[in-house]
Amino acid sequence: MVVECSLTEEDVDRIFQALADQTRRDILRRTIQHGESVSVLSRRYEMSFAAVQKHVAVLERAALVTKERRGREQVVHANRVTVREASILIDAYEQLWIQRIDQISDILTTTEGESK
Amino acid sequence: MTVISTHKDAENLTLTVIAEFDSTPEQVWEVWEDPRKLEQWWGPPTFPATFIRHDFFVGGESRYLMTGPEGETPKGWWRIEAIDRPRRLDFANGLAGDDGEPVPGVEPMSAYMVLEAVGSGTRMTAVTSFVDVAQMEMLLGMGMQEGMAQAIGQIDDLLSPSRSRA
Repeated sequence: MVVECSLTEEDVDRIFQALADQTRRDILRRTIQHGESVSVLSRRYEMSFAAVQKHVAVLERAALVTKERRGREQVVHANRVTVREASILIDAYEQLWIQRIDQISDILTTTEGESK
Repeated sequence: MTVISTHKDAENLTLTVIAEFDSTPEQVWEVWEDPRKLEQWWGPPTFPATFIRHDFFVGGESRYLMTGPEGETPKGWWRIEAIDRPRRLDFANGLAGDDGEPVPGVEPMSAYMVLEAVGSGTRMTAVTSFVDVAQMEMLLGMGMQEGMAQAIGQIDDLLSPSRSRA
């Protein structure tokens, strides 16, 4: 299996960007064992709800956390490393399969064009 | 164009890809059974595959190699687990060593594909399941790119339980 992993660079950029900030690193640490709601986090950092939301959104884009709605609360969970890594690898396999299907499509089109 | 949907389940390490072709199930089946057709699509465009062996019966095995742009030739193998022509094929797909034979101790990924007639075409569902992340990396055979390995190392450090604070 050899795969061109075209999203990798962007992926890495998003992760580094997300980890470049101390508050975001702290959010990750706090949410790895159990989830925390955005409002609890905003009290902890003495930040506005919106400011914490923004940090969480950056972490979310890097797939480092997921958000879950629980009643009126939004609960943030850090994604485990293995899940994060697995999703990067599955992306690579997905790319491989998309290429394969394009190639199957080409073969079938050619075959149908031939007189059999 | 033909890819209808993909479903990535990172928790259960399963990838499902659904595609539709304007061909009959028999024609789609042929691209799996005929090694000359199979090798036109199994490898990525930059790594075309060559099937040296393709014993298309239950328990039968395949051996293939791919040729990369630098002349490298990663190798792999299949073992056919079940055949229901032209509806379903189950097989294992593993890593082969320089001698072309399965590498001992490296679990193959398990895969199956299902063909269904839809109107005048065929829907193909291909499902691949992995054992763990280490296997996924190994079978991908690309070596994680440096930046990625670095990033993951960094996250690993950050999130390791010994460093997490209450």
